[in-house]
Amino acid sequence: MHVDIFDQFQFSESKVHSLDPRIKVLVAVAFILSNALLPDGSWLAFGVAWFFLLLANDLSNLGLGFTLKRSVIALPFAVVAVSAIFSPRGEPLGVWDLGFMTLIPTDAGLIRFASILLRSWLSVQIAILLVATTQFPDLIHALEHLRLPRTLTTIIAFLFRYLFVLTNEVFRILRAREARSARLPGVSGGGSLGWRLKTTGSMAGQLFTRSYERSDRIYQAMISRGYAGHIRTLNPHRIQSRDWLVLIVSAAVLMLIQLVGWIL
Amino acid sequence: MLYAPTYLHIPDGFLTLVVSVIFWAVTIIMVWLAVSKTNKSLGEKQIPLMGVMAAFIFAAQMLNFPIAGGTSGHFLGGALAAIVLGPWAGILVMTAVVGVQALLFQDGGLLVMGANIFNMGILTAVVGFGLYRLVVHQKRGLRLAVAGGGAWMATMAAALVTALQLWLSGTTRLEIVLPAMLGVHALIGIGEGLITVAALAYIEQTRPDLLNAEKTAREGGRGWVVGGVLITLAAVFLSPLASGSPDGLERVAENLGFLGTGQDAPYQILPDYTIPFLGETALSTILAGVVGAALVMGLLVLVGRNLQRRSEV
Repeated sequence: MHVDIFDQFQFSESKVHSLDPRIKVLVAVAFILSNALLPDGSWLAFGVAWFFLLLANDLSNLGLGFTLKRSVIALPFAVVAVSAIFSPRGEPLGVWDLGFMTLIPTDAGLIRFASILLRSWLSVQIAILLVATTQFPDLIHALEHLRLPRTLTTIIAFLFRYLFVLTNEVFRILRAREARSARLPGVSGGGSLGWRLKTTGSMAGQLFTRSYERSDRIYQAMISRGYAGHIRTLNPHRIQSRDWLVLIVSAAVLMLIQLVGWIL
Repeated sequence: MLYAPTYLHIPDGFLTLVVSVIFWAVTIIMVWLAVSKTNKSLGEKQIPLMGVMAAFIFAAQMLNFPIAGGTSGHFLGGALAAIVLGPWAGILVMTAVVGVQALLFQDGGLLVMGANIFNMGILTAVVGFGLYRLVVHQKRGLRLAVAGGGAWMATMAAALVTALQLWLSGTTRLEIVLPAMLGVHALIGIGEGLITVAALAYIEQTRPDLLNAEKTAREGGRGWVVGGVLITLAAVFLSPLASGSPDGLERVAENLGFLGTGQDAPYQILPDYTIPFLGETALSTILAGVVGAALVMGLLVLVGRNLQRRSEV
């Protein structure tokens, strides 16, 4: 696995890509916050929010449906919210007798369920867009400017850098297991469950000691190159008037969404 | 498969703003404490170590092992990180892991990240490390057994609090989701516990210096033990109370007629999770929880003794 699998969209150029990462983080978080603040069933406001999202998609040159296609990742969790349909508040819409249990969906419950799904679906899309249009080191740098402790941002930077190295290490270990697990067709191999668990545990331990010793070597190498406790960047990250404009317009749109949601 | 999401990563939209903000506040305080503690006690050398360890937790989550019928064990790693690196460093490592999972994989939301970090980083560190710290000067077998039990308990505590957060936000009905969450994670937790034990056993063999009792005891004081034991007790008390109304499985059985005609299984020590002579009161449910927890702990001690004896031979 290579770092490219996340970076394939981050190097294209567009109005969204070239925004200051701080502004992008702020607008994304404000958008998610605005969704959380909208009352249940304010469909028009959700619609305006979706339009904002489409506009951002369009400006990023990634295609109108870019985030829509990738937003299915949030779907499995929706199962958890299904039980909200049967909220006791609200008028019953009918009785579903499943044989072993009786479910009574209510109108308020249905509205709640749909609203939760819409909020989650809109929020995950802006997060997808943020990551697709921002290089990860820039994102970390933006978080540092937004007063995240430097210790934490440095850990995250290391995590990102070595994630791919260690993932390849995992593939090596898995390949080694495969290579030693010959089995005849029709005969299940691999020993008992306990044996398999012990093997997996040893693999985790092996991975741990290799990572630990690698971090030692990394530290020595960094010391000899002048590491003083944090990672430096040559990117100045200066907020320009265009960035301010985007921030103000986005804030105005989000206010409008709130107004639509609470008044209409 | 690159990465398997679990039901502990709450996406945006599933928690109300109030719940999100409360857990952000708790998380920010704990992470801030962790940053200042690690800055004070550890040198800059620790930062690359924690970063690589965070990548390790990430990569280790790909080490799935087949159990049966398509399900596979999954590894969260919070307890293991806290035991090996110390609780504060463990919290920082898990914060980075949860943050990157949300940012890169969209597994877990941004506004609800405070709650996710609390569940998967802070709770697991307190429970996993706290219980381990309790027996840190004991024999190897007992330590490993408690570490495994602690990792299981940490997974259960995370599942319980996740269910409570969803319920507080009005997203779910507690009586449906809590038993489901606890049931699923009781299984996931077993894998977590066993991998934690096997990994610790391996580390102890190859790098005994990392699991030195004095070093571990220095990294977190008695406060962690109190916290770990308190949360464990709270989880044991709360789970039966919260799912006090007939839980999903039981309702299925009841409606299908199993409960009426089926015989009691011979291994069912605490029928219906209540003590028979106390009747079906909250007290009885709580007592049943305590007895159950005591049984599990007793079992762990027995298993630990057994392992100990075998390793001495």
